[in-house]
This record gives sequence, structure tokens and C-alpha cells, in this order.
Amino acid sequence: MRTTEYPRLGEKVFRTHLSNGLEVVTVSKPFHARSYAFFAARYGGMDLRFRLDGRWRDTPAGIAHFLEHKMFDMETENVMQSFARNGASDNAFTSNAVTAYYFTSTGNFYENLRTLLRFVSTPYFTPESVEKEQGIIAQEIRETEDDPDWRVYANLMECLYRDSPARIPVAGSVESIRQITSQVLYDCHKAFYTPSNMVLICVGNMDPERVVLEAEAILPGEGGPAIERDYGQEKNLTPAGREREQEMAVSMPMFLAGYKCPPPGDGEAMLRQSIIGDLACDALFGDSSPLYTRLYEQGAINSSLGGNFDMLPGVSYVYVGGDVKDPRRVFDEITRQARRLGQEGIDGDFYRQIRRAAYGGMLRSLNSFENIAVSMAEGYFRGFDYYRFPEVFDAVTKEDVEAFLRENIAPERAALSLIRPKEPAFS
Amino acid sequence: MSRQKLMENVYLTCIPSEKFKTGFLSAQMAAPLEQAAAGRNALLVNVLSRGTARRPDMAAISRELDLLYGARLEPAVRKKGENQLFGFTASCIDDRFLPQGEKLLEKLTDLLGEFFCSPATHGGRLLNEYVESERENLADLIRSDVNDKRAYAARRLLEEMCAGERYGVRRMGSAEDVERISQQQLNRHYRDILPQGRLELFYCGSAPEKRVAGAFTRAFAALPRQGALEPVATLRRPAREPVRVVTEEMDVGQGKLCMGFRTDSGDMPATMMMNTMFGGATTSRLFVNMREKMSLCYYAGSAYHRLKGLITVSSGIDFANYDRAVEEIFRQLEALRQGEWEEWELEGARQSLLSSLRSIEDSAGALEDYVMGQAASGGGETIPELIAAVLAVTPERIREAAAAVKPDTIYFLKGKEARA
Repeated sequence: MRTTEYPRLGEKVFRTHLSNGLEVVTVSKPFHARSYAFFAARYGGMDLRFRLDGRWRDTPAGIAHFLEHKMFDMETENVMQSFARNGASDNAFTSNAVTAYYFTSTGNFYENLRTLLRFVSTPYFTPESVEKEQGIIAQEIRETEDDPDWRVYANLMECLYRDSPARIPVAGSVESIRQITSQVLYDCHKAFYTPSNMVLICVGNMDPERVVLEAEAILPGEGGPAIERDYGQEKNLTPAGREREQEMAVSMPMFLAGYKCPPPGDGEAMLRQSIIGDLACDALFGDSSPLYTRLYEQGAINSSLGGNFDMLPGVSYVYVGGDVKDPRRVFDEITRQARRLGQEGIDGDFYRQIRRAAYGGMLRSLNSFENIAVSMAEGYFRGFDYYRFPEVFDAVTKEDVEAFLRENIAPERAALSLIRPKEPAFS
Repeated sequence: MSRQKLMENVYLTCIPSEKFKTGFLSAQMAAPLEQAAAGRNALLVNVLSRGTARRPDMAAISRELDLLYGARLEPAVRKKGENQLFGFTASCIDDRFLPQGEKLLEKLTDLLGEFFCSPATHGGRLLNEYVESERENLADLIRSDVNDKRAYAARRLLEEMCAGERYGVRRMGSAEDVERISQQQLNRHYRDILPQGRLELFYCGSAPEKRVAGAFTRAFAALPRQGALEPVATLRRPAREPVRVVTEEMDVGQGKLCMGFRTDSGDMPATMMMNTMFGGATTSRLFVNMREKMSLCYYAGSAYHRLKGLITVSSGIDFANYDRAVEEIFRQLEALRQGEWEEWELEGARQSLLSSLRSIEDSAGALEDYVMGQAASGGGETIPELIAAVLAVTPERIREAAAAVKPDTIYFLKGKEARA
């Protein structure tokens, strides 16, 4: 077991790599009442095409998310009851790149941990239960279709990408999930839920050695082979479409603009890229940026304006949006300001100011066990240690941020997604 | 935890903790929730946040917060029982993680005090451009709740069910009321409310209480104090008979069903348990039956508004399943009244409640919200008292609590004719 202290963060982390390939991470929080465990597979909504047993497989959109729902079924045990008896609150999510199962509890940590390890490693699907889940997930998808925040994002991704599965919603569609069968679920579980494709992260007041013993006792002794994945060939950085507009029952226009950025690197380069991208967003349209302040004072935007830099498998992009009266004007202002900053540079005092704030923000996010686990897992899967962010942060310069803006936030990289109010919203 | 009186009608609650990367501060005024005042109070905090005499505009305030390592200082408007809390919450990186000798607490507390006591003014009045701009933004924000259909339906239920009661008033008032507030009215309101409102201050972090009390006392030294506007006790009403059904149509693909119940039970811990078993967890009767067994929905749950004695149920369903869903919700309530549950359900609900109560101390924001709820409701139990009360709840008391829950109003948001 490796113990690492991070004095700048006031954190201590224990890591063990098991012989079956599972990485076990314990982040010690001796003064907290609750304990948290997070068990994740490097398998998300974008992992639709992969090679299993030497053969390329294409799977229906929404499969990873569907599998996440179905994992809670066991033949001999009611998982939710087991957690409930031991006072745990459990849940799961599927993102573009990761599926994660987690619980939080203030007692019975090891019993709950065993339940978590057991149900995630035990597939059990029947045609009947698959059919029932299709009804539940169809309602989940229907709800997102009525959600303008979700729609404006989904439409943007369709505009930005041509070949990348980033354009496909993680939950799939009502139609695509109808193609899912119990056999496909078994195949995907076998391929992706192997210890060598997973990480277990515990945060709280627990014994790291004991966590390792529990994982060794319950999980398979051997991990599976590395999985080859196909994320499509997103040939260039020109968006597939320029604009998408949709009418919905909303109170005022809504927009989300996207700027296509190069594929993310691996290892610490990815962490560095993420910090540079976030700083670029702060400099361009962050709450304290000159552009934000000016547009707010002119009444062109309100506090809903915001965005960030996002990295997915094989693709990355900057997004920015909000509820505004004249989306096109705000979009133009942002693109123009990026050009200005790229050419004239960012004011030195302002850069030092947002840099300090951004560092404080990263430190602040460590108040959340959930943020810690998600960042650690992403780092592990992509080959970096998230807790090294202070050192990586130190090495980023104003020139890096200016270059990012110059290269990426340009009209030829941009797409715009709009939601217009449907009149009248009420009948 | 300690609570002390700093000035007339000003109280400070301090919770020492070294668990967090940040220190958390809050300053909230508590006043009875009233239709006319709700929007004025909400608008006031938004206008005050735009600038102070020393930091007159957004750029100056953002710069100050950025330089305090990304400190946050944000307007907060809440409904607690039939009172409204309005003010600011703030947080900053704890001294332990800063370069040697940097201290942020005093600077942030000063800015917080300025928000209340010395806003940007011209000729002794709040700046008209700030009033106009925040008035428009607030009205837009209030109207935008229609974008989130789940939250919108829940809000409409309360509005219909508690029409004429303080509890039916929206947290930030109505968009129409907000749009009618003039600069003159807001000025007058500021001069009235500032000296009268009860001010609740809060700190959770590693700084010693003495330092915190000193920082707040200095920051709020200019706060005028005269008269005392006290929070009100929340009133309960019997459930409506017969049950009222309100249906609205909108351009949506999924229906939103919300049901409101009232309880006159004084047994709050038993009602908390009953609600958790009913719809308060993923092992609850509503979730298991409506989602897992009947495949009716993705979400179905209930919430206990304990200060007011309401239980509200919320679910997203196909329009055509309205009758089945309503029937199932009543059936599950009836089962609890009859004591038809398995032993694990009761113990699971108890463990789940205990776990969430014990977890409150792990979040400064959750602690603040709990403390402010106590302050607004005139006391109430501490977290350890509530834990002990939940441990003592018996099956008999849960049956009685369920029997006291009576339906009042059903709200259904459905699609327009063409799509239904």
C-alpha cells in the first residue's frame, strides 16, 4: 500500500493496486461522521463500439445507463433493502465516460461496502426485468425531453459533432433502448465490469487495509483484457452544423454556444489542459470578467450566464450559455472578446486575480466527498493524480491561457443552440 | 455550538470545525412571509449585492472576492415555515491553506456588513440603475421556474393548496409584484426593515469564537437597531373537503402529478418516519410500487414540510396513467394507516433518517440551514434531540401519524390536447 500526503491540500491518500487490476483508493477524513464509497467502471454513454473476444461489437445507444439501472437487481438479494437496513443512502450515475455506484452512511460501513462490491460484480438480468426497465427509462428520457437545459445541451452536441458518440445522449432514446436485451447486458458487463477496468474510492473515516481485504474477498481474482474502444473519427475541428433552434415552453430565450477544441491528452497533460481551459473561461466570460460585467450592467445578460471547458473521450469543447433576451448578440460578443484577448493579451492584474480565485475554487471543491471521488476516478482512468493539481496549477502561465483562447474560441469552431419560447406557454 | 446575542435583536451562532477547506458565514434577516414584502425583500438583497459605498460596482466586488482566493458572497432568500429569511451566505478558504499570515475572515465579514449597512447610494438613495436592473432580473428569474416542470408543478400545488395562507406565498414573491416595486418604495423598505428585522449571524470554521464575534461586531457596528419584527408561528389548517383537483395544460411530453396532504399530528418524529416509509427514500412505498413494480414513472417521492404540517407527493407520469397513479398513492397511504409494512421498511426508514441527521454536521451549508430553520421557527429541537426522538418512534405512533394525514389538493400538469 502506498501512502501519499498532500500538505498543500491537507489530505492523506492510501492506494493499492490489486493483482486483479483493481485500483483501491482511500482518502482519509478522520473527523467526518459519514463515510462514502464509490465504485466506478471506465464505461460510459460513449462506449458504444468496442472489441470483445476479438470481434467488434456495436451496441444500442443508452446501453451503459441501462446496465447501471439493471445492476441493482440480484437473484438472491434486494440490494436497496440491504442498504436501507444498514442506514446507507445509495445511488448511481452514468456519464459519457464513467459508470459509478456509491453509497453514503454514518455506520455499518463495511457491510455496506460488501453490498456495493457484491451487487456491482454480480450480473443478473431477465427478459421480464429488462422490459420493465424500458418503461422506467422511457419516462426518464421523456422528462429530459421536457427539460430545456437538457435539450439545449443535446442539440448543441448534435451540432458540434459529426462522428463522435458525444452527439448521442447518454440515456439513448426511447427507440434505441427498445433494442436492449438481457444478452447484450451480460456481454457489456463481462467486457467492462472487470476489476482491471474499475476503481474503488472510499472517502471518510475507515481502515484502508480493511477496504483492500473486503475488495479482495468479494471481487474476481483475475481481471479481464484491456478493451479496445472506437470513439469515431471526428475528422476536424469544424462543427457539423452551425445552429439548432427549438421552441419549448420556457419563459425567455435560452442559448448554449460551443467551441470545438482538440482531443484531450492523457496523463498529467490532461489535468493541465483542463486547468488552462477553465482559466480561459474565467478570463473570457467568468463572473468577474470585463465582458460579463459590461453585459450584465447593460442588461444583456443576468446571473444565469455561465459555462466551462469539458473533456470527453476523444473530444473537448468550451460551452457557454444562459437565459438572455438576445442570444445572438451575446454569442457574438463572446466570440469577439475571445479574439481581442487572444490578440491583445489578458491584463496582468486581472489574470493574477482570476488565477487566485480559480485555485481557491479547486480547493473548495474538496469539501465534497462526491467531487473528490469523481475527480480521483477520472484522474485514475486517464493516468493522472488529481491531487497534484496545485503543482500543475503553478506551472500554467498567462500565455498558455491566451494561446488557448486564440486557438479555440473562434467563429469557425463555434456552434449555437437556441431555445425559443413557444407562445403562449400556458393555455 | 454556541449562540450569543451580539446586539439588540442580533444573534450569532458559532460552530467550531476543522473539517472543511472553507469557513462558512451567513447573515440572514427573518420576517413573516407576506405577499407584498416577499418580493421587496428578495429584490432588496439583490440590489444590495450590486455595490457598496467602498466597492461601488460589480467589477470592484468581484475583484475583492477573487483576491480573497475566490471567496463567495451571494444573496440567499428562503422560506422557513411561514417566515422568510433573506440575506447573504459567504465562504472563504480557511487560513490553514493560505500563504503564511493571510487572513480572509475579517475582510469577508467586513464586506458582508457593508452589504447590509452601507450600500452604494446617490443622494442617500439606493442607485436607481441597480434597482431597475435587479428588478428585471428578479422578475425573469421568478418566471423562469416554468422551465423546470418538476419544480414548477410542486410550486403550483403549494400556491393552490395554501392560497390565502402565508405558506402559499412564493419564496421570492411574484414576478408581477416585483415589477411594480419603485426605487422610492425599495428605499423606504430598506430604511424600515434594516432596523427592525431580526438578524441571525452564523459561522462554521476553524476560527475561534472570540475572533468571529469580534469580526461580526465590527462589520455590523453601523447597523441601526430599533423596534423588533419577530418571526411568526406557523399556522395549521384542516384539510379541504372534498379534495380539490387542479389541472393545467402546457406543451409538455410528460405529465407532472403533485398531491398535497395536511396533518394535524403533533408527533413530528413519527410523521418523519411515516413520510420516509411513504415516499422519502428509494426503498419507500411510492418508489418501489410506482416505479419498480408498476413501471409508471422514473421518480415518485414525498416530502414532509414539518414546520407547516404538510406532505407533498410528486411524480412524472404519462398523461393516461393519472388515475392509476392517484389510486396507487392513496393505496400506499392507506397501507401505512393499517400498519401493513415489513419490519425492514420501518427500520430502514429509521436508519435512513438517522444517517441524514448525523450527516448534517459534515456540511457547513446544511448546518447553517438547520440553525436558520430553528431561528426562524423560534427554537425547535437540536440535531441530537431529533436523533433521540427518531430512535424512540414506535410502530403504533407511525400508524397514528399516517391516520392523521389527509388529502387536500391534487395538481396535475398535462400536455395540450393535440399531444395528449
